[in-house]
Amino acid sequence: MRAPSADRFDARALFGEMARIRHFEQALAELWREGRICGEMHLGIGEEAIAAGVVAHLREGDGLAVDHRSTPPLVARGVDLEAMLLEMLGCEDGLCRARGGHMHLFSAEHLAASSGIVGAGAPMACGFALAAQRLRPGAVSVGFFGDGAMNQGMLLEALNLAQAWRLPVLFVCKDNRWAITTRSRTVTRGEIITRARAFGMPSERVDGLDVRAVFKAAGKLIEHARRGHGPGFLLARCVRTEGHFLGDPVLRVLDAPLREGQALAGPLLEAVRAQPGARGRSRARALARVSGVLGAAALERMRRRGDALGRAGRLLPAGEAARIERKAASEVRGALARALTHLELSLESDGG
Amino acid sequence: MGELTYAQAIEHALAQAMADDERIVILGEDVHLLRQGLAARFGHERVRPAPISEAAFLTAGVGAAMAGLRPVVEIMMVDFIGVAFDALLNHAAKLEGFSGGRWHAPLVVRAACGGWYGDGGQHEQALWGMLAGIPGLTVLVPSTPADAAGLMLAALRAEGPVVFLEHKLLSDYWLDYLGGGGRENVSFDVPAAGARGWVDEPIAPIAFGLAARRRKGKDISIVSLGVGVHRAMQAAEELAPLGIDAGVIDLRCVAPLDRDAIVEAATATGRVLVVDEDYVRGGLSGEIAAVLAEERTGASFARVAVTDTLPYARHLEDDALPNVRKIVAAAERMVHDRARTRTTGNVWPYPQDKLTAQSTVLPGR
Repeated sequence: MRAPSADRFDARALFGEMARIRHFEQALAELWREGRICGEMHLGIGEEAIAAGVVAHLREGDGLAVDHRSTPPLVARGVDLEAMLLEMLGCEDGLCRARGGHMHLFSAEHLAASSGIVGAGAPMACGFALAAQRLRPGAVSVGFFGDGAMNQGMLLEALNLAQAWRLPVLFVCKDNRWAITTRSRTVTRGEIITRARAFGMPSERVDGLDVRAVFKAAGKLIEHARRGHGPGFLLARCVRTEGHFLGDPVLRVLDAPLREGQALAGPLLEAVRAQPGARGRSRARALARVSGVLGAAALERMRRRGDALGRAGRLLPAGEAARIERKAASEVRGALARALTHLELSLESDGG
Repeated sequence: MGELTYAQAIEHALAQAMADDERIVILGEDVHLLRQGLAARFGHERVRPAPISEAAFLTAGVGAAMAGLRPVVEIMMVDFIGVAFDALLNHAAKLEGFSGGRWHAPLVVRAACGGWYGDGGQHEQALWGMLAGIPGLTVLVPSTPADAAGLMLAALRAEGPVVFLEHKLLSDYWLDYLGGGGRENVSFDVPAAGARGWVDEPIAPIAFGLAARRRKGKDISIVSLGVGVHRAMQAAEELAPLGIDAGVIDLRCVAPLDRDAIVEAATATGRVLVVDEDYVRGGLSGEIAAVLAEERTGASFARVAVTDTLPYARHLEDDALPNVRKIVAAAERMVHDRARTRTTGNVWPYPQDKLTAQSTVLPGR
């Protein structure tokens, strides 16, 4: 598969990266459902165009700080798929010797670090950029985070720090309109893009499901940073179809409305009638919040407002997308098969 | 090099290391003034003043360390770690573990700590016990200029994150900045041996996790660090005419902790008195008690530590901190108590019956 280049928009190469990301995320979901991956699993399905479109601009020596949806940018950056799979399968031959897991993937070789603390990617990227400024002039770094992180103090501090120190960094806000299982707009005031512009940095708003738009805007902002003109901010609207993490309470109700809905409704109805407590109106509003979140998630799932991968595929001649996707799927399947064999062998040798 | 102040000693260590290693940079609030000598020598790119955004610039320091620099990040006072704790707790301290030992952050976090000048408990805490409780962090608390220089140099060469705590009562510029403010009519009980002393040229790094014996004694071993060492030394002087021969151990590092030195001191005298400017609960003094129990020393144990929020007024503050009077009293009680296995001393606010009711089985090493 041809690697995307930063010089010009290459629909084939970028679609290829997106397909690799999508199939990798699907493989993770499968492993998680089989109970082979422990803990939380935050998938990046819906963020493929952002990861591929931004990371295509990175070169050797550039830094990458990502959040708890860590794998899409790392896949695009070329981190070994088998090493990541082994890591998440808990094998000590994994990327981080089974110490990190999917929220804490680190590849020193790629100068790529993830973090499970919301918002930390922004100041971390500032640090990578600071080192670049001194040690690797012309190098940049990218920090990924979501719209939920835009209310985190350290992130807003980082935007200011990057401007104050004129750091070569691109902040990428993946706006999926959720903050865990809270609708972002209910806890956020002002516009995200206005906040970024308030720090005086060039800020672009794009449709994050459109890989061409992401690629172009990111390219412009990264070039700005490479030339020593300071940071930039990219706001990319995307979707979150797989919940905050697999098996989050909202997702569970949507997946099994009868069983999970009943489990939720029983105690809720009991609580809403229990005395003493608040007045009826206040209780009704609390209930409305729960149903509002469920409704919004259901609506989002029904609408499927465009799929990034499908849209990128339509940029290619008929048949071409399917061929590239088959190739990506086979690469991921191959890595998965190798990882599972490796795991089995290592378990056997441990047991023997 | 000769006689230096505690602050000069640290500055010399930094200068020596910065001359050898271009990757060392200093970041933090006001460093253009606080470290003006280093800025004038090594240039403004390497001594970079930061906005009052500890969360951002400390996390950036971790990132910069991961990406090839060796930053010294100054957060002025250790109390301010509160707003940037995530950077230490979840990033700096976790990297080596999470990456399976494949990535390191050679970062030094420099912060002033400690009281005795009446600034209140939001600006003069010790906090080393809490920090040392986090796996992945090295925590240094030097009590003399020579140690400050040697430990700072070692920190600048270390592969992982190090918290270097500089006691404000020993660092003349901090004390003048925060306590004196240029006034001649205020005074502080500054321990001379900590504020000024001999420093070798060139400075040699001091290995982490090695305590120093400051005084030999056969009746009781006082274990302390920072200003506490000097208070303990004075207490030992006052105990001598009372017929009590007290030894003093200076831990110098809270993490890694010199367990061997603690066990040796306990074995030598059978009594360990911990003098700690940090909080009594969940910290260093309890950790030392655990070492004594785990190593089956059978030594009696007591502690003089901080139990409450440090008050503002000087006389109240003095009462709250481990002063010489309290150390002498605790040592006397221990030595005159024949039942060596009983817990004694300054362990309030816990009632004795509660303490003895807690039985914990601890594994040996």
